[in-house]
Amino acid sequence: MDLFQIIKEIEKVDPEVYDRFDSRRRVFKHLTGMGKKLTAAAIPGFVGALFNKAYGQTAGPSVNDVLNLALSLEYLEYYFYDTGLNVQGLIPNADRPAIEKIRNDEGGHIKVLREALGAAAIPDPGRAAFDYSGGKGSRTGPFAPALLPGGTALYFGVAQSFVDTGVRAYKGGAPFLMSNKDILEAALNIHSVEARHSSHIRTIRRGLAAGVSGAAAATTPAGADPKLSPKSWISGTDQGGPSPNTNPSTADVYGPGTNPVPAGVPTGITFPAEDNVVQAGRTITTDSSISTAAASEAFDEPLDYVKVKAIARNFVDNKTTLFV
Amino acid sequence: MTKQIHSVPTEDQALSGLQGALPRRDFLRYTGAGLALTGLILTGCDDDDDDVDANSGEVNVGSSDIGVLNYAYALEQLEAAFYNQVVTGAAGSYFASLGANSAERQILTDLALHEKAHRDFFKNAIPATSIIKELTPDFSAIDFNVGKRTSSTAKMGVLDAAMAFEDLGVAAYNGAGRFITNPVYLTLAGKIVSVEARHAALIRDMMNYNTFVDADVVDLFTPTANSAPGVGVGTGKEKSKRPSEVVTVANQFLQAGSKLNVSGLV
Repeated sequence: MDLFQIIKEIEKVDPEVYDRFDSRRRVFKHLTGMGKKLTAAAIPGFVGALFNKAYGQTAGPSVNDVLNLALSLEYLEYYFYDTGLNVQGLIPNADRPAIEKIRNDEGGHIKVLREALGAAAIPDPGRAAFDYSGGKGSRTGPFAPALLPGGTALYFGVAQSFVDTGVRAYKGGAPFLMSNKDILEAALNIHSVEARHSSHIRTIRRGLAAGVSGAAAATTPAGADPKLSPKSWISGTDQGGPSPNTNPSTADVYGPGTNPVPAGVPTGITFPAEDNVVQAGRTITTDSSISTAAASEAFDEPLDYVKVKAIARNFVDNKTTLFV
Repeated sequence: MTKQIHSVPTEDQALSGLQGALPRRDFLRYTGAGLALTGLILTGCDDDDDDVDANSGEVNVGSSDIGVLNYAYALEQLEAAFYNQVVTGAAGSYFASLGANSAERQILTDLALHEKAHRDFFKNAIPATSIIKELTPDFSAIDFNVGKRTSSTAKMGVLDAAMAFEDLGVAAYNGAGRFITNPVYLTLAGKIVSVEARHAALIRDMMNYNTFVDADVVDLFTPTANSAPGVGVGTGKEKSKRPSEVVTVANQFLQAGSKLNVSGLV
């Protein structure tokens, strides 16, 4: 068996064959030396494994893919907050400092992700790439009033959907970053900040619903509609989020991920909806004798990259290459 | 389940797979070495706290994945014990004094349930052969009769302590992520840490509105004036803490004999 002859033949139809041996040169170098030691019986298995690696099922997103998806989401969020701050009277004065802080944090995350990606970073898509109406570029989607004066309540509803999608996206992306511990830690440190943002946006929404601002907004008024006045943590599926009956709907933000799980997701990781109460085979309601609501609130759920892109794609012009 | 091609175990398998010590002990029993060792093991072991170092009296969480799980279990034990004392009134009257519909009552009630769920989860999920013992907290630095501390020299109030525990928990999970090798465990830790971050942000907002992210916990980003996105100083990242830093704080809330040793997590 002349392996190199085989590869030469493959090269005629697939010029990229050498690049497909993904541990590239090193694996390939070893091969030359090892060939002498391998018995004739062992070679087919070894070659099979090598080609399986090159042409087998796609391994899922690379570290750069995950970071660029995160970067795209950060741009989506950054321009949303920045645009909102520029609309006269949209964000109440009491809440401007918080939204400025959140906008700035997103700017920091953009910086961190760009530095991690280096030349592989996607270019800044610019404000015009995004359609915050949820209309995929038509600018007439159901959330169009959110960025007009008077759209305050809807604006914060959309903000909640973005930030909760972001929290789930980082959680779903983390396992793909485990090969680089420093990048993993940076992503974890962004993930928890996004969760802090979500908590605060939800506090603002409770305050808007109750007609108060400041620390008093922490109260959930008795009998309040959880779609307008959510807790600071996700309870069940939050009844589909702030706008479950529009198209696009915010229900996907709290719903299950892609099933079966997309390529490359490590075995054992699943993407249930946020109302999940079973963790690692343990039923939390039973183990702790607590309500279904409390058991679901105690654990946030990850979302897979395919679903995240599908949600985000509603908010970009469909001619862009973002979230494809 | 038919899709398990690779060696990464499922959640169930991974957790039960960690109980590998048991069959090995059975195996040893049938070997000469086993016979010789049995006597030593039995005299050297006390069923309840074989994770406690006889010399230092510290509870060693262990290393690698099990170490991180035990470490998380230890922190969740602290939080759960704290909120339990708050809501039962066992250690003071602050919670009982809150109005029926007050924000503090609603939130502390929820937090107590969430942290109980976290503690019980680790308690049930970590294999019995590897789990650390139940820790005995020492909350003498906390005044359970007040919400906020009355002066910088006074004991922490309930909200001060809640903020300290929640912030510490977030920084601890983020700083320990790098020690996890099993992606299923990383995801599980991620499911919990964002809930802790939600707690931390809300408690901080109750203490001082708009401090949900602030310079003590997040490396705030300051954009250059009129800059394009991503240009400026800072990172907008949470400040994670390594296990050794976390334990210095956590041990202040643990009694002698329950203090943690995380030397395996480096």
